[in-house]
Amino acid sequence: MQLVLEKRAERSSTIALVSPLIAIGLTLVTMSILFAMLGKNPISALAVYFIHPLVDSYSLQEIAVKATPLVMIAIGLSLCYLANAWNIGAEGQFLIGAVAGSWLAVKTNGTEAGPWVLPAMLLLGAIGGALYALIPAICKVRFGASEILTSLMLVYVADLLLDYLVRGPWRDPKGFNFPTTAEFDPVATVPVLIEGGRLHLGGVIALIVVLAGAVLLGKTIKGFEIRVVGAAPRAARFGGFNSNQLILLTFAISGALAGMAGIIEVAGPVGHLQPGISPGYGFTAIIVAFLGRLNPVGILIAGLFLALTFIGGEQAQIAMKIPLDVTKVFQGILLFFVLACDSLILYRFKLIFASPKVSRGAH
Amino acid sequence: MGLIEAIILAVLAASTPLLLAATGELVTERSGVLNLGVEGMMIVGAACGFGGAWLSGSIIIGALCGIAAGVLMSLIFALMTLGLAVNQVATGLALTILGIGLSGLIGARFVGEKISPAPRLAIPGLTDIPMIGRILFGEDAFVYLSLALVIGVWFFLYKTRPGLILRAAGDNHASAHALGYPVLRIRLYAVMFGGACAGLAGAYLPLAYTPFFIPGMTAGRGWIALALVVFASWLPGRLVIGAYLFGAVTILQLHAQGWGVGVPSQLMSALPYLATVIVLVLISRARTGGSTAPAALGTVFVPDR
Amino acid sequence: MRKILVAATAAILATGAGLLSASAADKLKIGFIYLGPVGDLGWTYQHDLARLAMVKEFGDKVETTFLENVSEGPDSERSIEQLARAGNKLIFTTSFGYMEPTLKVAKKYPNVHFEHATGYKRDKNMSTYSGRFYEGRYIQGVIAAKMSKSGVLGYIASFPIPEVVSGINATMLGAQTINPNIKIKIIWANTWFDPGKEADAAKALIDQGADIIMQHTDSPAAMQVAAERGKLAFGQDSEMIKFGPKTQLTSIMNNWGPYYIERVKAELDGTWKSEDFWGGLKSKLVVMAPYTNMPDDVKKLAEETEAAITEGKLQPFKCPVIGQDGKEVECKGGTHLDDGQVLGMNFYVKGIDEKIPGK
Repeated sequence: MQLVLEKRAERSSTIALVSPLIAIGLTLVTMSILFAMLGKNPISALAVYFIHPLVDSYSLQEIAVKATPLVMIAIGLSLCYLANAWNIGAEGQFLIGAVAGSWLAVKTNGTEAGPWVLPAMLLLGAIGGALYALIPAICKVRFGASEILTSLMLVYVADLLLDYLVRGPWRDPKGFNFPTTAEFDPVATVPVLIEGGRLHLGGVIALIVVLAGAVLLGKTIKGFEIRVVGAAPRAARFGGFNSNQLILLTFAISGALAGMAGIIEVAGPVGHLQPGISPGYGFTAIIVAFLGRLNPVGILIAGLFLALTFIGGEQAQIAMKIPLDVTKVFQGILLFFVLACDSLILYRFKLIFASPKVSRGAH
Repeated sequence: MGLIEAIILAVLAASTPLLLAATGELVTERSGVLNLGVEGMMIVGAACGFGGAWLSGSIIIGALCGIAAGVLMSLIFALMTLGLAVNQVATGLALTILGIGLSGLIGARFVGEKISPAPRLAIPGLTDIPMIGRILFGEDAFVYLSLALVIGVWFFLYKTRPGLILRAAGDNHASAHALGYPVLRIRLYAVMFGGACAGLAGAYLPLAYTPFFIPGMTAGRGWIALALVVFASWLPGRLVIGAYLFGAVTILQLHAQGWGVGVPSQLMSALPYLATVIVLVLISRARTGGSTAPAALGTVFVPDR
Repeated sequence: MRKILVAATAAILATGAGLLSASAADKLKIGFIYLGPVGDLGWTYQHDLARLAMVKEFGDKVETTFLENVSEGPDSERSIEQLARAGNKLIFTTSFGYMEPTLKVAKKYPNVHFEHATGYKRDKNMSTYSGRFYEGRYIQGVIAAKMSKSGVLGYIASFPIPEVVSGINATMLGAQTINPNIKIKIIWANTWFDPGKEADAAKALIDQGADIIMQHTDSPAAMQVAAERGKLAFGQDSEMIKFGPKTQLTSIMNNWGPYYIERVKAELDGTWKSEDFWGGLKSKLVVMAPYTNMPDDVKKLAEETEAAITEGKLQPFKCPVIGQDGKEVECKGGTHLDDGQVLGMNFYVKGIDEKIPGK
């Protein structure tokens, strides 16, 4: 028996709509079995994961907060991936953005600086992230070094730089030597939208980014170039598109977005710079980008959905004492099913019940 | 035991899990597949390896359990990326998430247990040779196995026909396919080999390095293994050098502190990664002699029928 | 199909009701936020043992929930708030990095009581608690100096925060009472938890001549290395004798149980109020594991030292404390350094040659 893929003549739009539903269905079945094996009632467990977070405004806000950095980063990454530029170092760009923006917050801490501080911080964060992303991009364009690997390596460097700064020069002098900067001043903090909640201005920025991404890809020539270079590099070369320039551009954009997400996270939900500001946002965003099929609206949905599993997972720990590891397994399985079902859009699966040798003979 | 000898022994032990995992990933990548899920396969290998050894009382059975777990994890990856043509980067990351969860579930009942670690070799006559005896013949078997494995991989890739075909599949899958080679099957075997090595590398930690199991004990070594493959520019010989260099930097950084050398430890820790980037730039620039990345690395292949 | 749907709806409503009606069956709900997995054999493990001891004490009167592996980044505030929203009336947040998030959530939920471990910021519904682990370190210093043949102690440190620095100093002050020329080698692992790296650090220390290994990291890896090399070692956080039956001299055990029981009792009685609790040997928050693998005279000395500290006759940071620079440290507590000086300790005492990282 052999599983064979057959390329469809064109994308199947029906399956494009149905495949996430199939994937979720398969996940639900698998997880029900797993929950039953753990001795938990599958139906109530799934309800805690998927339904409870959606029925109160607090959890909805939290989903939005969690999704904000994921969506911002993933939009940038999707541009890279569409242009065949493989930036997987968004985590590092996120951290450098946070560091660059925090520099201003640390320098102005306790001074009379006005409301210009926050916008300047966001700008610095974006610039920092973009410059950091340009390192692997230039190494790729100039020397042909694989950007997948250089961008990944630079994640660790960024992490260690942040670590050095908060344990050394930027440490809060009144903080008993603990590795954190002082709490940012109000002018250096991202404002919350709803009093008493945690939903902050970053959520709005993320939505604007989604819109901008959609416009860029759908309505502009640059967007067209990005898609052509990615989908048909040879045609693009004949068309006179400069793929090197696009690599630099898309890396810079995605670095800027990751960097801005970083400083928003630090100046928003965290409130100061410290190690561990990112629970792997840069990597999770890669998954979000693919779950959203590299499409801005899809990414928004995927980001919210993944955030839902995080919030749901926590509520499952609280309400049903389901261990965190189960949530991880659950996320992994879910991702596999979604990615696998998306493959149906481009391909048709066939099972061939014959020995491989015979089938090759018939070829 | 002299200080230098002691440092070399510590470096050998610290490098072994990196070398094992990186050797597997090297073969996988040489066939054109980028599996970023090494950390996930390793951590499941650690949990299953310890579990196997603790239940059976045998280090060898433990190691086999680790290998089997790594292979099973890699089969999930293979099904996704080879069978269903899903993006390799996304699948590898998802595999890591799954692996961390699974290892926690599997390992929960082994936390707090201990086993006796893999014994050190003692070959009469050889191990007692001054200076070199302890290094060449006195560590645990995994250390030497990892070296043998690299030599075996080198021989396979460069001296055998299947190795040549594997490299061809990684450099240009379309031509390899046109020549009638089963690209997907070759890649399947390469991915499974990578999984076996990662599983063994994970199992090495609780079986020989620190003989107990704790969730998260791989602590990012799978990612370092990925870096090593690049650092080695996909060449088995350089992989050995890279793994031992990496191990040496880790160990020497600790020693430097003991000696009171005042370099920020973060800078020392960042050095290997910066070195990897620089090496990558240099080899990509030179393009003479050394091999560069497999041309088809990370791209999906679906044979036309 | 319809049956399943009905059952599903019923189940959803049932769990929903369970979630929302906080005071089901009038049990006191108590939440815990853990930094690591409960099976880390170290810091989190000890907190969870204490939680279980507390549950055993109160039985049906309490219901506990914990969230594990909560990173100290942006997720922690949400995790704490989730516990508050789920009806927990007393919430223990067990790592320093939860300080600001706990403070924020405490302001939002004035009717919920919070207990934050190892921090320094409090509020009217937020207490802090921590352990005087340096008292145990002092005893370890005495034992180490007695047992060391080479006169070199090896210390695996995590991060240069005051708790760790004061531990190193206390060790040194204790050791100097036995051997004024004792040396200490310190390696910063820059992690609380990476068994492989902890083992590497232990090897490096032994290779550089240390024959007693002490650690301020979580796993038993260093103990195992010492055992293999035939050296002696101290456990950390928990009883680690299992990993070094012929190696462990003693271990400083974080015994949070009595404190948790006391605070829960106060909550049940309605007498809870915000406090700053810093318990040591006397309050049994710091407990020494049995003194093993040492001659009787050393054991006796260790027990006497422990008794003296417990009774308050011996202060580990008794004045004069001479700093690394040779100058006497200001003595704010009269006869000894005051709590503020210990809590913010950022200097080494005389006799330590190295520099504190980042200083």
